[in-house]
Amino acid sequence: MQVQFWGTRGSLPVSLNAEQLRQRLLSVLEKAAHAPAGTLDTAVGRAGFVDSLPFAMRGTYGGQTPCVELRGKDDATLICDLGSGARGLGNAKLARFGPGQPQTYHIFISHLHWDHLMGLPFFGPLYIPGNRLVIHGCHAELEAAVRLQMSAPGFPVDFSLVQGQVEFRLLETGRAYDIAGFRVEAMRQTHGGDSYGYRFEQDGKCFVYATDSEHKLDQEEQWAACIEFFREADLIAFDAMYSLSEMVSVKADWGHSSNMIGVELALAAGARRLALFHHDPLNDDASLDRLLEDSRRFEAMSRSRRPPLEVISAHDGLTVQL
Amino acid sequence: MELEAVVHPKANLVMVRGRIDHGSSMTFSELLHPHLEKCKKGNPPLILNFSGVDYISSAGLRALMIATRFARNQGGRLGIAEFQPLVREVFGISRFDLVIPCFDTLEAALGELA
Repeated sequence: MQVQFWGTRGSLPVSLNAEQLRQRLLSVLEKAAHAPAGTLDTAVGRAGFVDSLPFAMRGTYGGQTPCVELRGKDDATLICDLGSGARGLGNAKLARFGPGQPQTYHIFISHLHWDHLMGLPFFGPLYIPGNRLVIHGCHAELEAAVRLQMSAPGFPVDFSLVQGQVEFRLLETGRAYDIAGFRVEAMRQTHGGDSYGYRFEQDGKCFVYATDSEHKLDQEEQWAACIEFFREADLIAFDAMYSLSEMVSVKADWGHSSNMIGVELALAAGARRLALFHHDPLNDDASLDRLLEDSRRFEAMSRSRRPPLEVISAHDGLTVQL
Repeated sequence: MELEAVVHPKANLVMVRGRIDHGSSMTFSELLHPHLEKCKKGNPPLILNFSGVDYISSAGLRALMIATRFARNQGGRLGIAEFQPLVREVFGISRFDLVIPCFDTLEAALGELA
């Protein structure tokens, strides 16, 4: 099972601006000026120098909104959410398969807020005859919301004009589904208008997609249910949008969680890897690097005698093999 | 989880001992409440000595957030002092050190709050 992140930012897309890029170039050149003599004389040396830089200096977490691809055996493709990251995913699929090899895409929508749907009109395979998109979700308004965003005056191409075959399937919590060779379960989460997390299992591996979810610290039943949903997952994509102090104070009831809650839940569930996800658009790359380091420290402090939990931070383009 | 009031001329000083996690945060809140009720306008500040606290989780931090609000609403002053290094680090990671007055020493807390 392989997980690829195409969009990891929450709420709305962001990108580096010219001044941020300039500052980054200056900081890299400053480092280069102090590199040992000869380090930068060869292509291999220069590549090694770049790879030695902190992630926030040599890369970027990216700014596309949520879209995660899950590939299983038989090359089955599942997609979690259709944020703006779906554009890149669609382009990659078109580049690989072209119009001559129709594909089926099983898409799981966490909820109907626009940052999780805005990529569909730009998902190339939608317009190719023969492709089949099966859009799964737990909201009764799923189909209406998708049709609404592809209608005048919000978008120039009406949903009725797409040439791929689109189906909508409503899922229920509390039961398991067999979809494209995966065992799939949904869990209702605390978020404005509700959101749903999904647990995918195949051949003993498990990926949990749990974004846009606020974990109230005084809701014991919800806390326990979440631990059960995360139980022994190989990877959890977790809404780590806010610091804990923000989450329980000024941004309480905004429907999002924090890195510390993610570490606590994942440790309690015996999960193997936690991916910080749904990054706050206010956080730049350096802030996200610090958040990751903080999260790893907190995991080490909180682990006690439990097996280690690997904490990573999702970025656009990251691929994780389970 | 244990709280012990210590006589002090300038503050309501409370020694806190143990772990404040999901299992004990409720007890911590209950034990803290009588001290919080005295943390009001005109009274000495409530200072929690955390030298005996060896771990605090998100639930414990939330309990402290609620306590801080309670004290503020009464016009009282509340601070935490004498952290173990790991616990102090958790306050930084959670950014709670930006919303709850934190002090390295009791003297520093008294200097600011008393």
